[in-house]
Amino acid sequence: MFTPDNILTTTIDKAVRWSRTQSMWPVTFGLACCAIEMMAAGSAKYDLARYGMEVFRASPRQADLMIVAGRVSQKMAPVLRQVYDQMAEPKWVIAMGACSSTGGMFNNYALVQGVDHIVPVDIYVPGCPPGPQSLMHGILTLHQKIMDGEINR
Amino acid sequence: MKSEVINVNAEEYKEVITNIKKDGYEMMVDLTAVDWYRKKEPRFELVVQFLSVSKNSRKTVKVKINDENLNIQTITDLYPGANFYEREVFDMFGIEFENHPDMTRILMPDDWVGHPLRKNYGSGRIPVQFKNAPKVE
Repeated sequence: MFTPDNILTTTIDKAVRWSRTQSMWPVTFGLACCAIEMMAAGSAKYDLARYGMEVFRASPRQADLMIVAGRVSQKMAPVLRQVYDQMAEPKWVIAMGACSSTGGMFNNYALVQGVDHIVPVDIYVPGCPPGPQSLMHGILTLHQKIMDGEINR
Repeated sequence: MKSEVINVNAEEYKEVITNIKKDGYEMMVDLTAVDWYRKKEPRFELVVQFLSVSKNSRKTVKVKINDENLNIQTITDLYPGANFYEREVFDMFGIEFENHPDMTRILMPDDWVGHPLRKNYGSGRIPVQFKNAPKVE
């Protein structure tokens, strides 16, 4: 119960970092098969809602995290960059799967060889595609990274 | 089901398609091209498939297209569904369709140079650590 005489002591830094991790809304950016695994992570069995992350926003203005799930073609690259630019600070990027991390099996003219050519990436999740567990491990690692990091990025 | 392959040259192409349409082939199923680079002359071949549901019959039209003159009449006025197929063939092989309503690239970015499905277009592969992949231009 929350009564008026309860006191919670913490530092501003810690409170800010904690609040950033606890409802990190991802922007919808599913590009290929990884998106299916991302949706599975959001659904009842794996339940991203446990971390306050179940709301995949259709607008980048309302999002904190971009999960790039799938291969990024040369034509999609400027779109991806624009969506990233439209997100409000602070913002983070997870490159989900082999394709968005490195280009994966598609080493050819059509695809960007790693989404880190376009946007700064915080976490790379390996796998082809990574399962919901791997994605959630990536997300928890990102949470840990935020908790350990500075509030001014 | 009946099926038939017709070889025509580029000048007769539009006329043949007009007759196919009149014969009751309602549907243009596919329109694509083949690059016979260093294998056959002339280099390009346009392949168009038609289906008649009412007659239960298919037709394939193959057109040889010369390397020097990569122009052919569009069939979008007869089969509107051919629109995007012709744009894709233009994008990937560089065959231009005359009188097409919007002859622009469809898959690659607008400022792209070259036509990726031509056999002399490199895969654009970049060297990868641990794999010794040679750089292909």
